[in-house]
Amino acid sequence: MFQHDRLNSEITLFQKIKNLDYILLISIILLSVLSVLVMYSTDGGEILFHTKNHFVKLAVFFPLMIFVAFFNIKFWHNFSYIIYFIVILLLIYVSFFGIKSSGSQRWMDLYLFVLQPSELMKIAIIMCLAKYFHRIKIENVNSFTSITIVLSIIIIPIIFVISQPDLGTSILIALSGLIILWLGGMKIKYFIYSFITFLISLPFIISFLKPYQKLRILTFLDPDRDPLGAGYQIIQSKIAIGSGGLNGKGFLKGTQSYLDFLPEKHTDFIFTLFSEEFGFIGSVGLLILYSIIIFRILRIGAISRSNFARLFCFGYAFAIFIYIVVNLSMVLGLLPIVGSPLPIMSYGGSSMLATMIGFGIVLSAKINHKQMIA
Amino acid sequence: MIKSNSGIRKTDVINRRMFLIGAAKVVVFVGIVARLFSLQINENKKYLTLSDKNRIREWKLPPTRGNIVDYFGNVIAGNLKVYQLHIIPEQVENFNYLLVRLKNLLNLSDKRIARINKLKAELKPWDSIIVSENLSWSQFVKINNYLYDLVGVKPVMTISRNYPFNDVYTHVLGYVSQPNEQEILENEIIQERFVPGMKIGKLGLERRLENHLIGTNAIQRYEVNAYGKRINQLEHQKGVQGSKIRLTVDTEIQKACGELLNQKAGSISVMDIYTGDIIAMYSSPSYNPNLFLFGISQDEWQLIRNNPLKPLINKTLSGLYSPGSTIKPIVALSALENKVIDTKFKVKCTGKMELYGQTFHCWKEKGHGWVSLKNAMKQSCDTYFYEVARLLGVDRLNITAEKFGLGKKVLGDYFDNEKKGLFPNTKWKKNNLGKGWVLGETLITGIGQGYTQTTPLQLCMMTAQIANGGYAIKPKIIVDSNPISYEDAKQSMESGLLFDAGSEELLDKKLFKNQKNIKIVQEAMFASTNERFGTSYKSRIDDPKYQFAGKTGTAQVKRISKRERELDLELEQIPYKDRDHALYVAYGPYVNPRYALSIIVEHGGSGSKAAAPIAKKLFKLIIDRHDLRNKQSNFERITV
Repeated sequence: MFQHDRLNSEITLFQKIKNLDYILLISIILLSVLSVLVMYSTDGGEILFHTKNHFVKLAVFFPLMIFVAFFNIKFWHNFSYIIYFIVILLLIYVSFFGIKSSGSQRWMDLYLFVLQPSELMKIAIIMCLAKYFHRIKIENVNSFTSITIVLSIIIIPIIFVISQPDLGTSILIALSGLIILWLGGMKIKYFIYSFITFLISLPFIISFLKPYQKLRILTFLDPDRDPLGAGYQIIQSKIAIGSGGLNGKGFLKGTQSYLDFLPEKHTDFIFTLFSEEFGFIGSVGLLILYSIIIFRILRIGAISRSNFARLFCFGYAFAIFIYIVVNLSMVLGLLPIVGSPLPIMSYGGSSMLATMIGFGIVLSAKINHKQMIA
Repeated sequence: MIKSNSGIRKTDVINRRMFLIGAAKVVVFVGIVARLFSLQINENKKYLTLSDKNRIREWKLPPTRGNIVDYFGNVIAGNLKVYQLHIIPEQVENFNYLLVRLKNLLNLSDKRIARINKLKAELKPWDSIIVSENLSWSQFVKINNYLYDLVGVKPVMTISRNYPFNDVYTHVLGYVSQPNEQEILENEIIQERFVPGMKIGKLGLERRLENHLIGTNAIQRYEVNAYGKRINQLEHQKGVQGSKIRLTVDTEIQKACGELLNQKAGSISVMDIYTGDIIAMYSSPSYNPNLFLFGISQDEWQLIRNNPLKPLINKTLSGLYSPGSTIKPIVALSALENKVIDTKFKVKCTGKMELYGQTFHCWKEKGHGWVSLKNAMKQSCDTYFYEVARLLGVDRLNITAEKFGLGKKVLGDYFDNEKKGLFPNTKWKKNNLGKGWVLGETLITGIGQGYTQTTPLQLCMMTAQIANGGYAIKPKIIVDSNPISYEDAKQSMESGLLFDAGSEELLDKKLFKNQKNIKIVQEAMFASTNERFGTSYKSRIDDPKYQFAGKTGTAQVKRISKRERELDLELEQIPYKDRDHALYVAYGPYVNPRYALSIIVEHGGSGSKAAAPIAKKLFKLIIDRHDLRNKQSNFERITV
């Protein structure tokens, strides 16, 4: 055991570089390049504000990811709780002093860029819970104390995020947390019971929703009830995707996007533009690229010796999957519209920062996959 | 070891549960791919259409109206390039400054400026505002000179209706102008093709033939963005110009009619006696239809409206006049046909006739002495026709008159404003006035006064049907697709065959019982013009090429009192409103006749002095143009 510890701590920089997961790295680079191209298309085939900013963010956050990867996974394990608390503090800060924009207060001004702490919480919650389930004995997982603690870890940030208000991100944080509970060994019946409770209380939850959120659900059920109002986004999104066809309309030739029929084309609806221009083949290709990334992360989790690394990788892979599914289902009209970006592709610094940190930790787990954590 | 066991168990749990999730992920991804497939592959067509509907917008341009040409192909209603001035608000830097500049350059009224400001508020910033619909060339040049200072202003060239002969054809063609709401709603074709700035026919043939003339819109396809702004032009679909309509009229003769009636109120109609082609149809005074194209100014409108000679009334079709003595050929024919009189029948005219204590005067106070039909017609002896009418009775007269087209519309549906006129009979009076017919009324009907009301075109058609030997014709103003030649029409008519290519029904073309009677009336009309003491003897032409036969008429507009009869005032001494209408009907050449005409000069005095001289001037031109017309008709037949 000692031997192993010694071995791991002696990994040189050269070995670290050698141990990086290159398939994952290449996939991330490919995705980044693609995202810049699509951003270029949203700018109407010119290098304008969004393309520039997106590129600069990638140029900063990609090295940051490598930087994160070069820290030992043990380090991230040790700092998980602290990171979680820092993000909670940021959320508290934002709820008092945050920047307001279009009716919600989610951002803090960091001079260089505007940070959305709730995005960081998506990673922090996985780290925090991974550490918790790493440390707890399997026998104690379903104890009352343990359940109380993990539920608090999930509910506290959600309260802050939902009050911003930001339903989309809260759902993603909740799902990211729940998946760790599931993986950590919480009894299946608890999941079933709470799911049933959720269904029963759904009408009450809906009554607490804000009018615009209710409208979104109604619109989802029948987009044509108000085609120029609430249903506009989803109708235009489906038109864009549907008109893409097998091969798409071609790069920079998406009429729906460059004639401004698409709403939010830089952020939540970026896939719509991609799908319009690259068609079914391009869309499936993008899904395959994401699948490779998810698969690589799962594989790293599977070879990790420590349960922290394993839980984090599995949890993060699931989170990425959920982001993609929620985003795509939304633009394809399978789910009501909830604000949720597509990882890396969507414009938005905080989301990209969180995603890149997540990849960084995964890569750290890969470099140190033999590392045992007590 | 226990710890490590627990660690292994935990790893197992994590892996097992991860496997379950992994399977679920695959299922979800497959679901998403399926959705993509259904949208992009299965429903691709539907969404492609929707996407095109989103981005492509069509702009209809005003259709180009078809030309109307005369018999010889001269354009009498055409299209002209006009210069317009548009403003595109979004390109304007300083709107108020621009308006001040334009106001000075084009002398725009304050009202117009207010209207532009109102339009600007109503329209989208990229929609153009029409500042001026019809710039003169000098204005257009001026604008182009200052264009550097007029940002957002666009000089545009477009097409507008034009009437090259100004007022010559106004009452035939009518004019075009902006349609009102009701006109758009009433006509489906206009509704479908309407675009702002489009003009439609308001009157005359322009209105009647709207659906033929209108043409189809040119369509401009643009790609627009989500806000409706044009991004780029995709394609241009040319419109089809409306059908060309060829009329039977002859511009030279029509123009001459206008000149002959200059400064007078009245009407001239000229007709081909075999084909029924209307050669000219002029109502005087006329007005310039070009004034209406871009909205007539209030001053010009008042000038037309308040003119005492009433230019707005189409006198040829809606003017109703007592035929006066021009009815006498029909009275004579009716009496002959009904064997009431013969050529030897004579009446002694003493200048008046007494009936039941009422005196009926002849125009010649001293009387004509013993007169036969020929002399009575020649000198227009009223007493003779009183007696003939008395013997004939109004009902028999009515039958003949209606046979020859009185009391019926000549051109059917072609003109909304054509009037039927009236030829009375006993039944009519009973039904409409509720009183019995009085014999005295028969007498005055016999000289074309009383209830009888005719339009100038009816009189022309009546004369034409006497001239052609007593055969019915169907007057027309539009050339058929299969025009019949002059000779064919004449031949088929005389052989009693159907000559009217336009209608399939076999009509009874013969209007007479005995054609000899027609001949007698024709001879009497000849005498009236070409023999000494004839009422229009002074207007005769001796050259047999131009020689014509005719009948004058003088229609009283008010009852002549005894005092007035004694005074026997000169025309100038009578107030304009009370002067008689002068009429003249004629046909020629006398040998082989071809054309008939009717002339009426409102308040012109006697027919022999005011109307017959016009015929003399006109006949020369009509006959001179006959060969040309004939050639044109043969040419048409060869090319067909």
